[in-house]
Amino acid sequence: MRVVVWLPGPLREYVGGAKQLPLDVTDSAVIRDVLDAVGRSHPLLERRIRDELGQIREHVNVFVGTDNIKDLDRLETRLHSGVEITILPAVSGGARHD
Amino acid sequence: MTEYLVAIGTRKGLFLGRSTDRESWDVERADLGMNSVSAVCIDTRRGQPRLLVGATSGHWGPSVLYSDDLGKTWQEPDRAPISFPEGSGAALAQVWQLQPSRPAEPDVVWAGTEPSALFRSEDGGVTYELVRGLWEHPHRPTWQPGGGGQCLHTVLPHASDPSRVTVAMSTGGVYQTTDSGQSWAPSNGGIVALHRPDPYPEYGQCVHKIATHPGEPDRMFLQNHGGVFRSDDGGGSWSPIGGGLPADFGFPIVAHPRRPGSAFVFPLLGDFDRTPPESRCRVFRTDDAGETWQPLEKGLPQDGFQAAVMRDAMSADNGDPTGLYLGSRSGAVFASGDEGHTWHTVALYLPDVLSIRAAVVG
Repeated sequence: MRVVVWLPGPLREYVGGAKQLPLDVTDSAVIRDVLDAVGRSHPLLERRIRDELGQIREHVNVFVGTDNIKDLDRLETRLHSGVEITILPAVSGGARHD
Repeated sequence: MTEYLVAIGTRKGLFLGRSTDRESWDVERADLGMNSVSAVCIDTRRGQPRLLVGATSGHWGPSVLYSDDLGKTWQEPDRAPISFPEGSGAALAQVWQLQPSRPAEPDVVWAGTEPSALFRSEDGGVTYELVRGLWEHPHRPTWQPGGGGQCLHTVLPHASDPSRVTVAMSTGGVYQTTDSGQSWAPSNGGIVALHRPDPYPEYGQCVHKIATHPGEPDRMFLQNHGGVFRSDDGGGSWSPIGGGLPADFGFPIVAHPRRPGSAFVFPLLGDFDRTPPESRCRVFRTDDAGETWQPLEKGLPQDGFQAAVMRDAMSADNGDPTGLYLGSRSGAVFASGDEGHTWHTVALYLPDVLSIRAAVVG
């Protein structure tokens, strides 16, 4: 199935300026599989989103539709064809820079 | 005409200052966004100096970037430059130190990280591999984070013996290898640990910084979390030398690049009052290996200066005479082109300065 990953402005430089990244994944794919696919095609983008342990960075939020995966099954959140996945920086991310 | 470059890593980005006399400076912000730049390095071992930075985004995490055109453009490989290997159970939080190795190893660069670990690059600082001998040390689970995090902040490759490297951590203290990183042993004899009931443990000290001399690598100077120390046997034993200072707390310590008896510190009142004595911005210099210390203050603020200088925010350049540089947590940066006797303002009102390095680049 095909899913679409929407990217915030600071991450678009890693995909040639595109706002979205369409990806083909298996019908049983979960968010972890999508990020694995991002890692294969755009490794620099993937490591902005999660660390080498595979965990979503603390101040990054991932939405499936309008739901934060923290409120769903996190990396195991299931997907369906055509779903829009949105990566957004958390407002807390500037805390170390205040 | 000689050109000097000072790289200033701050909580909110990198700033680059250029000067031909180390008195008047042109400072520009590099294109690194709001990354916190905790480590900077100017590697002068290659024809065109390479700038390296350890940068951490509050959102997007840490990385290492490099520039081969003195900061005009920056590169980052697709592969993570520093990454804990699978099975280590760790993830990189921050790069604390980027240290070129000996001139005879022009492609070797060392990195110290949080969590405390040592990485080695053999491609000029582009990509790094974990030094497993230290990571797998049985002491590691008992190292405790200092106020800045559990960090390995100092890497000192021996000037003539490639098998010897000294590192320092907060906390953990000093560790050394004599077999190219395969095995490591603590080397904290004589260094006090004021935060422990046993004040002289084998390890666990909160060492803030070590400096050594290329020409006499067995002489080392150490700024501790309470106390300044010297070793004359390559770190085998340490003796206190802070008696002549107005306070022996502080973070940075800088060795004179050519005079083995000379070093510089920036004293703070103490653990619970981390401000300069008398609210004066003063560097203290010894020329007799710590027997006596003289204040260096001409050109530095001498009234109402309350800011600290972090462990990597004071350094020397490779000019002759030696230039000295310091940056404060209040965003003030000063430079001296005469070994600290007189100082000039490089910049004011920058974000708090975390790291600073300078070099002759032209």
